[in-house]
Amino acid sequence: MKPFVLNVALAAIAMSCANSTASRAAWEPVRPVEFIVPAGTGGGADQMARTIQGIVTKHNLMKQPLVVINKAGGAGGEGFLDVKTSSGNPHKIIITLSNLFTTPLATGIPFNWKDLTPVAMLALDEFVLWVNAEKPYNSVKDYVDAAKKAPSGSFKMGGTGSKQEDQIITVGIEKVIDAKFTYIPYKGGGEVAVQLVGNHVDSTVNNPIEAVAQWRGGKLRPLCVFDAQPMAYDEPIADGKAWKDIPTCKSQGLAMEYLMLRGIFMSPKATKDQIEYYVELFKKVRATPEWQEFMKNGAFNTTFLAGADYAKWIEAEEKRHEGLMKEAGFLASGN
Amino acid sequence: MEELANLFHGFAVALQPYNIMLMIIGITLGVIIGVLPGLGGANGVAILLPLTFSMPPTSAIIMLSCIYWGALFGGAITSILFNIPGEPWSVATTFDGYPMAQQGRPGEALTAAFTSSFVGALFAVIMITLVAPLVAGFALRFGPAEKFAVYFLAFCSFVGLSKEPPFKTIAAMMMGFALAAVGLDSITGQLRLTFGVTELLNGFDFLIAVIGLFGIGEILLTMEEGLAFRGGNASINLRVVLQTWRELPAYWMTSLRSCLIGCWMGVTPAGATPASFMSYGIAKRLARRGNNFGKGEIEGVIAPETAAHAAGTSALLPMLSLGVPGSPTAAVLLGGLLIWGLQPGPMLFVEQKEFVWGLIASMYLGNLAGLIVVLTCVPIFAAILRVPFGIIAPLILVLCAIGAYSVHNSTFDVMLMLVFGVLGYLLKKCNYPLAPLVLAIVLGDKAEEAFRQSLLGSQGSLGVFFSNGLVSTIMALGLVALFWSAIQEGYSRLRMSMA
Repeated sequence: MKPFVLNVALAAIAMSCANSTASRAAWEPVRPVEFIVPAGTGGGADQMARTIQGIVTKHNLMKQPLVVINKAGGAGGEGFLDVKTSSGNPHKIIITLSNLFTTPLATGIPFNWKDLTPVAMLALDEFVLWVNAEKPYNSVKDYVDAAKKAPSGSFKMGGTGSKQEDQIITVGIEKVIDAKFTYIPYKGGGEVAVQLVGNHVDSTVNNPIEAVAQWRGGKLRPLCVFDAQPMAYDEPIADGKAWKDIPTCKSQGLAMEYLMLRGIFMSPKATKDQIEYYVELFKKVRATPEWQEFMKNGAFNTTFLAGADYAKWIEAEEKRHEGLMKEAGFLASGN
Repeated sequence: MEELANLFHGFAVALQPYNIMLMIIGITLGVIIGVLPGLGGANGVAILLPLTFSMPPTSAIIMLSCIYWGALFGGAITSILFNIPGEPWSVATTFDGYPMAQQGRPGEALTAAFTSSFVGALFAVIMITLVAPLVAGFALRFGPAEKFAVYFLAFCSFVGLSKEPPFKTIAAMMMGFALAAVGLDSITGQLRLTFGVTELLNGFDFLIAVIGLFGIGEILLTMEEGLAFRGGNASINLRVVLQTWRELPAYWMTSLRSCLIGCWMGVTPAGATPASFMSYGIAKRLARRGNNFGKGEIEGVIAPETAAHAAGTSALLPMLSLGVPGSPTAAVLLGGLLIWGLQPGPMLFVEQKEFVWGLIASMYLGNLAGLIVVLTCVPIFAAILRVPFGIIAPLILVLCAIGAYSVHNSTFDVMLMLVFGVLGYLLKKCNYPLAPLVLAIVLGDKAEEAFRQSLLGSQGSLGVFFSNGLVSTIMALGLVALFWSAIQEGYSRLRMSMA
């Protein structure tokens, strides 16, 4: 343990020297920063937050500790309301997923993303259409034909949560191919993938990281990705196929696109200096090899946005979610 | 044979001095985490996870899994000494462990609890070593209907096998179901019974309910009885460990049964909590001195502890081979694996042999190390009971408040804990059993979710619960357990009329 402590201490000294000379940072945290995760332990957002915490600790990117806290209640509503009511507290940041839009729309809790201060988009999470490898669906066409031929409602789609991203995609597919699925909500993405392996559902739209192990084990087969272009990673995963070889759904005649935000917000009424501090922090995090490894494992779309671009992107995405959820009939009464 | 060679290679990895040091640190941290109610194994592992990023993955998982074992051991300590379960699966341990402590036998209860934990875990590890590939596939057959059947069995075995009046048991259980229903309905994604109160978004957390019902309720009862704290005459030397050990082999049948229940529940993956309740319920009915259960019977400690550990250990199997965590703590460990770039799943056993077998070897060694650590501390733990009640009660209250606060970092939960304390006191005064209430809070929403998922899949037909051999068998067992008393009575009447 000794050499490790020494290294950390040295790194700390080096870092503080570098900081004081390079940038006269106008604002820095003076107490531990709470990093809120509006989802349970072990899920995608939680993994990302804890990876960031590990990277920040290992590379000594902050002088104050970063503490991850899960506030998963009410589909993440608990976490959002907590940050919303911490107005003017710069020591609180939150990582968000699509529930930033879907939770207030579906439950009617008094929250909108404009209540928070946007910091940066870290990445976008992809969605892939998966089927059990034993099934004879080798292409999107086989799959669509089978879904249409099955009696209405007998084709089962498994997904994470209710009235959230997985179900939105499911409704989108139903519209495009004019068929009726039965959507079965589960608690977590890993569980969904295993239910598909066990043939308890017919297909899923798991994120890459949730299903990759089963793909490599030859249990699941990816059919297409819900993105405008194929994923960037060309390292072979299974049967000599890489993430890059999975076609886009659109190119296969299933015109549906969906990407999930993995972004950072902070408490309301943050000053420019404070936002700038966190943007710079996350730029440093993104430059580390650990982060790049994490992106590769999860086949993430590594788009990075901050400032006005980020706000504009969120605004467009909010409109889109409102439209999608209205069409699907997922809006809470009173919204 | 190849497995054995791998295992010995694993022992070589786990026995490196650096890894042994991590093992002992992990166990100690785990015991502390287990003792603090509310902190819990999952939170503890989550908090300590980033510390391990600078270690090689094998060392890191050894340390984290040792924290997990430590927490499993530690949960029993406060259950027995103060009637406050530190972890959900130690609730059943309080039923007989606490009365034993009050009778001045805390050392005996602790020794029995720790030893049974070790036996349960050892049994599960041996099972993992020998039949991992076979058992892993079994978990795949569990869809929503099968899961519901398991929960159904757990509830039924509690109602049917309990010696309390069945209607009081059912009333308490229904109250638990109502409390479990508060919060977000995971099937429709809508809020239920929150009445616009944002603090209730989360529903009632099990830990807060338990800390209040058991911990605070107990303190209130003791105060009423004149501040007497019975347990002061606890013997505090290590001989009690040996004496208890001499008694334990007589209960081999209970142990074996509990091991089997535990392994089965761990793999399926229903988890350690239902396993401990089910094992206690069945032991109560089948043990020779079953009538004495709840009054300080050592078998009532052995049964739940053995099952909880067998389940907690075997829960790691579906996590490693399928990527489905069998417990919240396993879920956090799973997150850790992903961060280290290890992808749990069917290929893990093939591609990361050193890691998997290092972990399995550390299960053997970690549990042994844990047993030694906690057993040597038995006299110290037991001595806590010699502290006068006037000093210890405020300390327990503070501990409870910290525990309740740390579940969600919310002061509202501390209030809630006090409300549950009063509720626990009232229920006890009216002779309502608390256990079914707690069981329903823990498993109520999971059972509801599985039930509704099954019906969604079957388009509303109840036939899904009898649609294949596996699910029908479990449901049938549940029904037998529910009507056990009636069946027994009918049988004896039949024999009477024959004679």
